[in-house]
Amino acid sequence: MIGLVRKLRAAGVLGINARNAKYVLEHNPRRLYPLVDDKILCKARLKAHGIAVPEQLGVVRGQYQAGALARRLRTLEAFAIKPAMGTGGDGVLVTLGKRGKDWVTPGGELLTLADIQYHVSGILAGMYSLAGQLDAALVEALVRTDPALHPIAPQGVPDIRVIVFRGVPVMAMMRLPTRRSGGKANLHQGAIGAGIDMPSGRTLSAVMHHDIVTQHPDTGAPVTEFQLPGWQDLIRLSARCFDAVPLGYLGVDMVLDEQHGPLVLELNARPGLAIQIASRSGLQHRLAYVDQLENPEGLSVDARSALALNGALPGTAAR
Amino acid sequence: MSRSVHWLVVSLTLVAVGLLLVAHKHFSLGYPLKPGEIEESWTAEVRLVILPEAGPVKVELALPAVTPGLGLLHENFISRGYGLTTESNRWDRGAIWAVRRASQRQLLYYSGVFYADRGEQPFAPVPSYPEIPELPEPFDTAMQSIVDDVRRQSADIASFAAEMVARINSPSPSEEMALFLGSPEYRNNPVRIARTLLAGARIPTEQVNGFTLTATERRARPERLLAVHNGRQWLFFDPESGRQGLPQNFLVWWRGEQPVVTVEGAELQDLSWSIRRNELGALDLAEQRAARHDAWASRFSMLELPVQAQTVYAVLLLVPVGGFIMVLMRNVIGLRSFGTFMPVLIALAFRETGLIGGLVLFSVVVSSGLLLRFYLEKLRLLLVPRLTAVLIIVVALMVTLSLFSHQVGWDIGLSVGLFPMVIIAMVIERMSIVWEERGPHEALIEAAGTALIASLAFYMMTRESIQHMVFVFPELLLTVLGLTLLMGRYSGYRVSELIRFRRLAKEL
Repeated sequence: MIGLVRKLRAAGVLGINARNAKYVLEHNPRRLYPLVDDKILCKARLKAHGIAVPEQLGVVRGQYQAGALARRLRTLEAFAIKPAMGTGGDGVLVTLGKRGKDWVTPGGELLTLADIQYHVSGILAGMYSLAGQLDAALVEALVRTDPALHPIAPQGVPDIRVIVFRGVPVMAMMRLPTRRSGGKANLHQGAIGAGIDMPSGRTLSAVMHHDIVTQHPDTGAPVTEFQLPGWQDLIRLSARCFDAVPLGYLGVDMVLDEQHGPLVLELNARPGLAIQIASRSGLQHRLAYVDQLENPEGLSVDARSALALNGALPGTAAR
Repeated sequence: MSRSVHWLVVSLTLVAVGLLLVAHKHFSLGYPLKPGEIEESWTAEVRLVILPEAGPVKVELALPAVTPGLGLLHENFISRGYGLTTESNRWDRGAIWAVRRASQRQLLYYSGVFYADRGEQPFAPVPSYPEIPELPEPFDTAMQSIVDDVRRQSADIASFAAEMVARINSPSPSEEMALFLGSPEYRNNPVRIARTLLAGARIPTEQVNGFTLTATERRARPERLLAVHNGRQWLFFDPESGRQGLPQNFLVWWRGEQPVVTVEGAELQDLSWSIRRNELGALDLAEQRAARHDAWASRFSMLELPVQAQTVYAVLLLVPVGGFIMVLMRNVIGLRSFGTFMPVLIALAFRETGLIGGLVLFSVVVSSGLLLRFYLEKLRLLLVPRLTAVLIIVVALMVTLSLFSHQVGWDIGLSVGLFPMVIIAMVIERMSIVWEERGPHEALIEAAGTALIASLAFYMMTRESIQHMVFVFPELLLTVLGLTLLMGRYSGYRVSELIRFRRLAKEL
């Protein structure tokens, strides 16, 4: 037990207590939380800073807008409905397209308009919000994944999570949906987490439910050593998010859209620690490296991105 | 850096202050650390029987005033029809009963409750040197001779007095001593002999009358001790055995040769003493003792509150203990639970149902409530009406359970109060939300975590020693607060993370 603790500490693996005490509480001022906890506010803020986000198709703030929602939905083929204050992908409803009057989910189910309205009323009543307070529902354009990613993500929308510390991207992973995760890029539900080599943008090892995997369980295609297209743009995009929402310890979730390129899905003020398992590397040393820089927040986006891309971070030197 | 110093100072100070207060209350005021501790106390009682003559009656009784090694807890006077006044000064105390006209035999009682107290104190004022007594011959010559003899064989006042007592009690007394021992004035009164002879050497002495408090004695007889002042302090001698020092638990009742009671206008028919040994809860004793010393502890004691409030606070004071266990379980062990304080609330509910009964009851009601809630889900109800429906169903379930369990004579179902019911409804709601959002796996993990933390908190909160500690020493709240603040910046790994990262450690 003690040996394990010593080993993890030597490798700089960050625990939840340490993350909260040393990074989240130290670097994330509370007043900025609403900006990331409310997806509608977050989207507006990012957009104002010229950061590309999935198109917002509508917002429902009360039950009285149910009629307007119905009219709006009838014109849409594929969309995603999210609770504005949801966490961890809870309460997200995705439709891929229409079949007759109904919509098809990634899982192949058919949803009627009434089904969707019921889901929205649940969102509005605060079922998925953190403290059960009244919430709003956000209708977004469906992200269509860049076909370049199809070899490692045959279904669902894979996303790229980057931890940005004091403006410097320090660690990244890709979350690949599987059949087991119901097409969702959620590690808890069985998605694959693949660590990404910071300088090159190639996937390293991958984990699924704590197990080390090298192949996609649905297709058998290798998920390691995959070169992400446009890696430098993704890193730069994540660094720019810090300028929009200056949270010192920030999780940026991005997707690669077929049409629009890299889009920022959402920001997270308390990003999880599974990224360390996916990357097989501890966060602490990299955070300490950024901490010893003089005023990293003051550097330009390019300079901060360069820190991540040129292998300056501990444990990321070219292999 | 300064913030962590600040934090460390504040939390350690809180811990230390709490512990110091506890130590003070325990060591100086005798508050017991364990429940049900018994301490000895003694009730000493004087019973006077007086037969009045015509006219007013006045009875004066000397009372214990300064009692080294003992403390007076409380006292009682019983005297029907008599006016009672007590007078006291630094060294003496007395009770005066008076009545203008009395006709028949009358009983007067005094009783005091005494306990062993820490701390010695002088029992009488510093005396002046006595004059050398003028005795008739041949006593005067005998005294001179004895004093010279003893002086030759002693070094100081203590050894002088000891030698003198030894000579008085010698089986083969000297001729001079035999003179004293044989005279009617001194016969069977070694204290008087010693006092006279010591006065011959100008050594101040005092006669001490009292009782050794050991066991219950129906008819106790006052013992006499010889007190000798050596210029700095009083030394005590047993006039018969010569043993030096005040016997343990010796209650000094009065000083001097005069009788303890004087009666005017009546005849004292009987004077009897009794000693009764009591066992008193150490807590009660400490409480009364503190109140007598007017210590802050007695004024800021939970026991001063009305009983109704006491029972509430006895439970309330346990909540921080449960909360601290929760902190440990969540931040150090890494268990997951529904909500932050739900487990503590459930533990409180268990107090009404018992642990096993509570767990069974909770599982039965929560799982059936959950099933019905999933049925409601199909009806597509809005959130708030659905929650209310769940609440109503929980009430109905509990009523059914109570009626059923009463029928089969199993009374656990009846012990469900208002409080557990609300908590059960909350658990069902939280659990079903987690079930839906994160899946049954997560819901069951959190349910198990909640049950485990609740059981642990319940176990700790029902320990009699812990209940006793927080109730008698509410200042422990400061300590618990300090420890919680310390935990507030604990940044080490959680046990659950060690398991989670175990495989990662292998890969590193």
